[in-house]
Amino acid sequence: MSKTFLLAFGILLTILSSVTGLVLIPNWQFQSLKPVVKADGRRYPEAYFGDQDKGRGVYIAQGCIYCHTQQVRMKGYGADIRRGWGTRRSVPRDYLEDRPHQLGTMRTGPDLASIGARQPSESWHALHLYNPQLTSPGSVMPRYNYFFDEVKRGQMPPAEAIRLPGNGHGDVTHILPNERGRQLIAYLKRLNQSFPLPEANQ
Amino acid sequence: MVTESSSAAAASLGALSTPEIEARVQVDRSSKQVIVLYWGAALFWLTFASIAGIITSIKLHNPGFLGGIEWLTFGRMRAVHWDTAIYGFGGVAASGTLLWLQARLCQVRMPYTKLLIAGGLVFNVGILLGVIGIFMGQSTGVETLEFPLWAMPFLVVPYVFIVIANFTMYFQKKTTHTYVSQWYLMAVTVWFPVLVLSAEACTNLGAVDGVAQAIANWWYGHNVVGLFATPTGIAAAYYLIPKVIGKPIHSYHLSLLGFWANAIFYNWAGTHHLTGGPLPAWTITLGVVGSMMMFIPVITIGINHHMTMVGSFHLLKTSPTLRFAVMGSMMYTFASFQGSLESLRSHQEITHFTHYTIGHVHLGMYGFFAPLMFAMIYYAMPRLMNREWSSARLIRIHFWCTLIGTAIYGGAMCYAGIRQGMMMNDPSVPFLNIVQFTVPYLQLRTLGGVILLAGTVAFLINFVRIVTPHKFTWASPTMLDTDRDWKDILKAEKGAEAAQ
Repeated sequence: MSKTFLLAFGILLTILSSVTGLVLIPNWQFQSLKPVVKADGRRYPEAYFGDQDKGRGVYIAQGCIYCHTQQVRMKGYGADIRRGWGTRRSVPRDYLEDRPHQLGTMRTGPDLASIGARQPSESWHALHLYNPQLTSPGSVMPRYNYFFDEVKRGQMPPAEAIRLPGNGHGDVTHILPNERGRQLIAYLKRLNQSFPLPEANQ
Repeated sequence: MVTESSSAAAASLGALSTPEIEARVQVDRSSKQVIVLYWGAALFWLTFASIAGIITSIKLHNPGFLGGIEWLTFGRMRAVHWDTAIYGFGGVAASGTLLWLQARLCQVRMPYTKLLIAGGLVFNVGILLGVIGIFMGQSTGVETLEFPLWAMPFLVVPYVFIVIANFTMYFQKKTTHTYVSQWYLMAVTVWFPVLVLSAEACTNLGAVDGVAQAIANWWYGHNVVGLFATPTGIAAAYYLIPKVIGKPIHSYHLSLLGFWANAIFYNWAGTHHLTGGPLPAWTITLGVVGSMMMFIPVITIGINHHMTMVGSFHLLKTSPTLRFAVMGSMMYTFASFQGSLESLRSHQEITHFTHYTIGHVHLGMYGFFAPLMFAMIYYAMPRLMNREWSSARLIRIHFWCTLIGTAIYGGAMCYAGIRQGMMMNDPSVPFLNIVQFTVPYLQLRTLGGVILLAGTVAFLINFVRIVTPHKFTWASPTMLDTDRDWKDILKAEKGAEAAQ
């Protein structure tokens, strides 16, 4: 009986030690980490609000994480920076507002840590999400056409509608992001780690 | 009650007195309903996960497949595939294995069977709810913990029943010693609840913040395989290999070393999933050290399993249980070596964000864990149901599909992953060229997945047949070198009818 408790206790100890060492201690180490105040008085990283925040929920609900990372590796380790995915490596401070984290572990598609800096155009994001083949021929990304209202040939497109390139897509000539589409694009445009944090150069 | 191999049968039965055999029959009778429910549900989820996996795989080389339907978008199918594979198949099959093995090794009747049956049903409903949640877009966004929080009580509460039943059997045990498999089973029941509860607290309940959440996520993601699936698989191998060949395990001392080394080092390995990420370097280093130290338990467990087999390889020709168990234990050694090497920073620089990792996961889960669960089911079901497997041909199909499917899947993904990673590290290669390079290998993966599903279907037919009452059963165990098949059964059944 006492031997059994010793066994169970030893087993329990192995897991408690690792959760303490790997999760609780790093978390304690990060407690002192605060956003920095930029020259213009705004904080980096800023809290997510409004459409950006809801767009983050759309990103999670679609499972974008299974093909896209949001972390740039340091110079000399991989080619993240040379590929233009970021200007510096990512550091813990970049993720202070990220709950849950969306670091990701797979790059079937490119890294998105700074996609907002790389692709600031709203219409690029709209076309890419509506049909990735329009902007990235040969991509294996699924279509997110359900984030868009379609304007058919012969219909009068609203002023803010985005024209599809060439002859359109079937009988669709223009698209207009719906609520969730606008939110997701707002989130993607906000993803930007180009602010130079001092610890990223160490 | 007959053991599978004729020579081993004679050896093991010869040494047993009738009361001992009768005691085993009593143990099996008490656990029959619970175990058949758990393993049947596990096979359902395996089929479900396989189909979800194939759909996910097709979508990656053919993005228009079932396209434009939000519920079935890649990012949701992918989560549904993995969660049903690890919790539906892995969790339920491992729990069935745990309960049956513990009852057998303690030589006690299974306690609280009604509670365990109710718990098993609730657990499966929980997985179903979690899956529906993901399909509806309610995933938490934390990998491997995607199920919405409201589905979690359905999974946690029934597991408490399993833990209680496990300890009750252990404290009532009629044997004086504790067999190595029992250490592992004990460990699983302690680890899994702590693992799930602390990981949920640290991620979805927000007890820790920022990148510490990422560590918690991968501490869990790695450990759910290493501290849940792996120990159950090892426990099954430790039980089945000596049992079928009728020889004791190679070394008691090695098994002790292997157990504690596994318990201590596996825990720390998870952070290698974040190599190169925005974390303090020491956390990654700990992960790499933990992973490299895993060579100790992997080698000791490997020696114990493989050295026990030496001299008995000819039995692989006949015993279904042994064939799956040996495939599992060999793939354990291979996939573990691969995994340890994979954690190195120089290796991760290339393979980290690629299909290589996916290949490795499948070599582990479908090459090691799943075959050991299959071996367990092949061994125990004839004893529980008191009838034999109907078709040797279906078992052979199942085995070869499992082996070939895993090889195609793992081979294609690991090779494509290395090339993908090397191209990704060369900024002169346009990204879309890399995507296009992987497409043929992704198609090969779909083929591997279809072969695996074909094997599962063969298994399912045999399983349904053994649990449903039938007029005719073979008089001796179904060995792989016989050509027993459906047509023989049909003939025999007709003969039985005519004789009446």
